[in-house]
Amino acid sequence: MTTVATRPATMAGALTRALRDAMAADPAVHVLGEDVGTLGGVFRITDGLAKEFGEDRCTDTPLAEAGILGTAVGMAMYGLRPVVEMQFDAFAYPAFEQLVSHVAKTRNRTRGAMSLPLTIRVPYGGGIGGVEHHSDSSEAYYLATPGLHVVTPATVADAYGLLRAAIASDDPVVFLEPKRLYWSKDAWNPEEPAPVEPLGRAVVRRSGRSATLITYGPSVPVCLEAAEAARAEGWDLEVVDLRSLVPFDDETVCASVRRTGRAIVVHESGSFGGPGGEIAARVTERCFHHLEAPVLRVAGFDVPYPPPMLERYHLPGVDRILDAVGRLQWEAGS
Amino acid sequence: MTVMEQRGAYRPAPPPAWRPRTDPAPLLPDPEPYRVLGTGAAADADPGLLRTLYARLVTGRRYNAQATALTKQGRLAVYPSSTGQEACEIAAALALEDRDWLFPSYRDTLAVVARGVDPVQALTLLRGDWHTGYDPYEHRVAPLSTPLATQLPHAVGLAHAARLTGDDVVALAMVGDGGTSEGDFHEALNFAAVQRAPVVFLVQNNGFAISVPLAKQTAAPSLAHKAVGYGMPGRLVDGNDAVAVHQVLSDAVRHARAGGGPTLVEAITYRIEAHTNADDATRYRGDEEVAAWRRHDPIDLLERELTARGLLDEEGVRAAREDAETMAADLRARMNQDPELDPMDLFAHVYAEPTPQLLEQRAQLRAELAAEAEGAQR
Repeated sequence: MTTVATRPATMAGALTRALRDAMAADPAVHVLGEDVGTLGGVFRITDGLAKEFGEDRCTDTPLAEAGILGTAVGMAMYGLRPVVEMQFDAFAYPAFEQLVSHVAKTRNRTRGAMSLPLTIRVPYGGGIGGVEHHSDSSEAYYLATPGLHVVTPATVADAYGLLRAAIASDDPVVFLEPKRLYWSKDAWNPEEPAPVEPLGRAVVRRSGRSATLITYGPSVPVCLEAAEAARAEGWDLEVVDLRSLVPFDDETVCASVRRTGRAIVVHESGSFGGPGGEIAARVTERCFHHLEAPVLRVAGFDVPYPPPMLERYHLPGVDRILDAVGRLQWEAGS
Repeated sequence: MTVMEQRGAYRPAPPPAWRPRTDPAPLLPDPEPYRVLGTGAAADADPGLLRTLYARLVTGRRYNAQATALTKQGRLAVYPSSTGQEACEIAAALALEDRDWLFPSYRDTLAVVARGVDPVQALTLLRGDWHTGYDPYEHRVAPLSTPLATQLPHAVGLAHAARLTGDDVVALAMVGDGGTSEGDFHEALNFAAVQRAPVVFLVQNNGFAISVPLAKQTAAPSLAHKAVGYGMPGRLVDGNDAVAVHQVLSDAVRHARAGGGPTLVEAITYRIEAHTNADDATRYRGDEEVAAWRRHDPIDLLERELTARGLLDEEGVRAAREDAETMAADLRARMNQDPELDPMDLFAHVYAEPTPQLLEQRAQLRAELAAEAEGAQR
């Protein structure tokens, strides 16, 4: 691989750069996972790290996710700062017990004596034509587990900034990488990366006055596209990119909803028991008197992730979002 | 030879050469568990070690009895006793240096205390005023692990990290016979062997996983044989022979420290008491079996050796028991004091950087407590 600097800035490149910079800045940072060494990961996010930092810093492990995460827990206990790669969303499930019973709880169990500064990178979500078990939106499992931070970037610049912040955090962070955005590009200059912000800040990606689309990760570009299309209908939509599900930025979300008076949560994850229910409840509890309509959800259906030839019927798209915008009781409110 | 080959139309190339990746023979456990006490080898056992083991086993057994009594008085929610397994518990701790780490399972309170952890702090989990009652870094003892075998990969990771850091630290991980059926047991042993991590795995085979006997747990020749499949040595030892356990573990620790990689040690022992005070062992095993194991008691074995060599007399026995009573009296007195509870601790250590949502909930509880206090004043 030639250096990232001479390439167009993709999210994948920014993630690689973040890992490389974190490893260069702190010798305690270790990367481990399946195929992360010689191959550079199946998505090439760890490309070049084993060569640059040695196989002790970027390690190919046996194929066993509980073992990878459990080993990383022990490494963190000894003062290292491991960054674990889970190959795909659904392949992270064998590590679930380690995550829930140890990663999330150890600080609490030991009254703060033992912290586990771990980053768990999980490529997630659909839209890449993957066969089964390669397209899950698993965030609801993670955000229901106290003790974890759960973040997900939607832009190239955020991929860098959020991953650096996750690695720097003394708390365990589940870092969800929207795999269909790996090859998305924007005008990010890797030689001048944005300052690393603390986790937990949402951002308004597009200002608007009619309604707020609250979204994150792979659904952010879809919502921006929907907002452009909505102009033809006379709607001026605001798009809030959460960036972090835990901690949740009530302030930015509610400020937006209070301005617009209408809100829709958009995500790929299923609707029932998904993040949208929590977000809608939070918004309703805090902004009830500003709302002109119930908070709606546009989400994946409550079905096992469909086979690739059917996924376009499942994923929230521009039309489904615009349909929901049309149901926001415009007659009653205006 | 096939017809095609006879005609010369098809000449298969020989497959690429294959050979075993390691010689399995040196990895195999001995056919019989290793024993010292009651054999000729006992004469070479160091008198100081024998005395130390004896005193600490007597104290350990008293600790188990006291903790079980505390469950009956309602001072402990539950206690999984290691009576009958004291040799494994104490030898595990004594085989380690101060800089080494112990990764205990929930039945290993004695080993935790033998590492130097305060006896009351070791029981915090079971008293229920917090989870882990001690600072793991103070005596290098990981939290007592209730989910089975999940602590084993932690031991591997810690040992691996120590080696990468250049420290000659060894991790000793403890697990029961039931725990060897868990996936984490397999993954931990595999990782350890591949990475040549300085870890020693001690399986205390006490015959039962709650009620399920070993025959329903595994079809392996022995649990120690499992080591061969991972490419590490397996060792079988009489788990009630404190000197033998100490020797085997010390050898394995030395081997790991010298860069030789991990070892799996299976100690054959027996859980004399029920799984916990909440269990009824008469439902799944007979008195005769228990009686047979009582005749192979770890403290009796040491006492016989010490007495035969003139290293222990009635006065010595009395002194050991008095020391144990002193420990028990202190434990009783301190456990009978109500622990100080602060409800705000619920929120104190969930995150290094607490979320705004958690801060809101903390404020809610604080307000509830203030209202409660105000109500009590009226």
